[in-house]
Amino acid sequence: MERPLTQHIHPDGTTRTLREYVKEGGYRCLERLAAGLAPKDVQRLVTEAGLRGRGGGGFRTGTKWSFVPMGPDAPKPKYIVANGDEMEPGTFKDRVLMEGDPHGLVEGMILAGYAIDAEIGYIFLRGEYHLSAQRLNQAIAEAYAEGYLGKPLPGTGFRFDLHLHASAGRYICGEETALINALEGKRAVPRAKPPFPQTVGLWGQPTIVQNVETLYNLPHIINHGADWYHRLSRTQDGGTKIYGISGRVTNPGWWELPLGITARELLERHARGMADGVRFRGLLPGGISTAFMTEEHLDLPMDFSSIPPEIGRLGTGTMIILDDQTCPVGFVLNLEKFFARESCGWCTPCREGLPWVAKLLTSFEAGRATSDDLSLLEMHAKWLAPGHTFCGLAPGAMAPLQSALKYFHDDFERHITSGGCPWSRKSAQRRILV
Amino acid sequence: MLSEIERRELEDAVKSYPDKRGAAIDALLTIQRRRGWISDDSLLEIAKFLEVTAEDLDSVATFYNLVFRKPVGRHVAFMCDSISCWIKGCEQVQEQIKKLYDVDLGQTTSDGRLTVLPIACLGQCERAPAVMIDQDVYGDVTPEKIEQIVEKYK
Repeated sequence: MERPLTQHIHPDGTTRTLREYVKEGGYRCLERLAAGLAPKDVQRLVTEAGLRGRGGGGFRTGTKWSFVPMGPDAPKPKYIVANGDEMEPGTFKDRVLMEGDPHGLVEGMILAGYAIDAEIGYIFLRGEYHLSAQRLNQAIAEAYAEGYLGKPLPGTGFRFDLHLHASAGRYICGEETALINALEGKRAVPRAKPPFPQTVGLWGQPTIVQNVETLYNLPHIINHGADWYHRLSRTQDGGTKIYGISGRVTNPGWWELPLGITARELLERHARGMADGVRFRGLLPGGISTAFMTEEHLDLPMDFSSIPPEIGRLGTGTMIILDDQTCPVGFVLNLEKFFARESCGWCTPCREGLPWVAKLLTSFEAGRATSDDLSLLEMHAKWLAPGHTFCGLAPGAMAPLQSALKYFHDDFERHITSGGCPWSRKSAQRRILV
Repeated sequence: MLSEIERRELEDAVKSYPDKRGAAIDALLTIQRRRGWISDDSLLEIAKFLEVTAEDLDSVATFYNLVFRKPVGRHVAFMCDSISCWIKGCEQVQEQIKKLYDVDLGQTTSDGRLTVLPIACLGQCERAPAVMIDQDVYGDVTPEKIEQIVEKYK
């Protein structure tokens, strides 16, 4: 089984050096550009490969690029931005890549820049990833010294500059237009769309914002071609995916696997099943802005095409497992508190609605909830649905809530009838045991 | 007044952006590294350097979790309280810190040694619960282990 993104990452946590990177085939696709591979050829290869955005949206990279104005009359400069603001709870895949193989991101950025003829790139990194920052800064300095950055690439005339921007910690910066405001030094609230960043983005110029893991795929697609890339995957979308599992499982961790592996294989084979003494109840497939899936969904391929929209979506591919010793209402309360705290406050439904949801869930945990509160929660899931808010934060927050109300309805009811959280005494005991 | 070194660092930071304002976050974090936090005076000096109003810069400074507009202790413990850490008992770790150092979330110990703050998912979910002290990340933290970890920071 091929693992192009991670096979050379050191298991001991040290970083892959420039020397190793080049020896193992790194920066080789720049020779292909020199040999005559034009930007439109790179775009075509990536489109044929079926690469889809790994940040959670699953948008087709080739399609995203196709909206960028090209040719001699296109505005200059254009920008390419790596979205490394990995703050989606439960998600740690981009950190693994940036810490383990920083040159892979530099090369991916050069290629993406070349494909859309963007001469300037930024890596937008969340402020808490100090080790990633240190290693990326070193990789960028080395790439400048070697002439991959800052000088015209041989045979192409294309020159690319790359900067690292360390942010200061705010979840909304992962939203691409908020990220653009953040990079411009403004308060990071989202912008209205249209215009879309592909035509009017950073400082008003055409801009592509792309997830870190997506960018790591580019050198491999260019080196090995679209057919090879499709063969890596089990489904119609190409490539591998970095999956992860956290929660009470035997072996929490991350694995690069063919796109389309089932949740059951991930949970049973790779995470080696549930931890001693707990049983599986549900999972969030990729970060906390995705809907719960339960036992009946475990054999669905975990990709961008196979999960029916009425059930949910893959998101970031890093799963969080809910076990039977953990209260589903308390679980969802934790999520909604996060969303309420991280709402940027720009639009009213999100600013006011999310704290209200958190308050309602708190009343369930405290034993003060009535059946009216249950209806209020259900109404919020509609009031904060897509189309009612300025960006995707609040609708994302409603995905786990709405699905929890569906799958764990009895547990919500039990909080009302038993006047509090049935788990609280159990969890107190568990605390003593663990 | 910005010191000579601070001014040089800010001038270096703005080089990555087509206009000075782009470096707002870099500038705030740079000065915070030197002075510990962003006082009103610091904010005014940075705003002047970036050629923006203090109010405008404050709307940025107050937006972010890692920009401190109040003084903090010599060390800052960031307690991840997102879902994977919550499942694995981050609340018990925080209770233990409270017991040991008499400090709640958002507070600083009376000797000015340690500020304790909540933080959004630190991306260490496979080794939850996680705590970051200053720039050092610790995973698989337990109430038993936390004292030994904090004791490294005097």
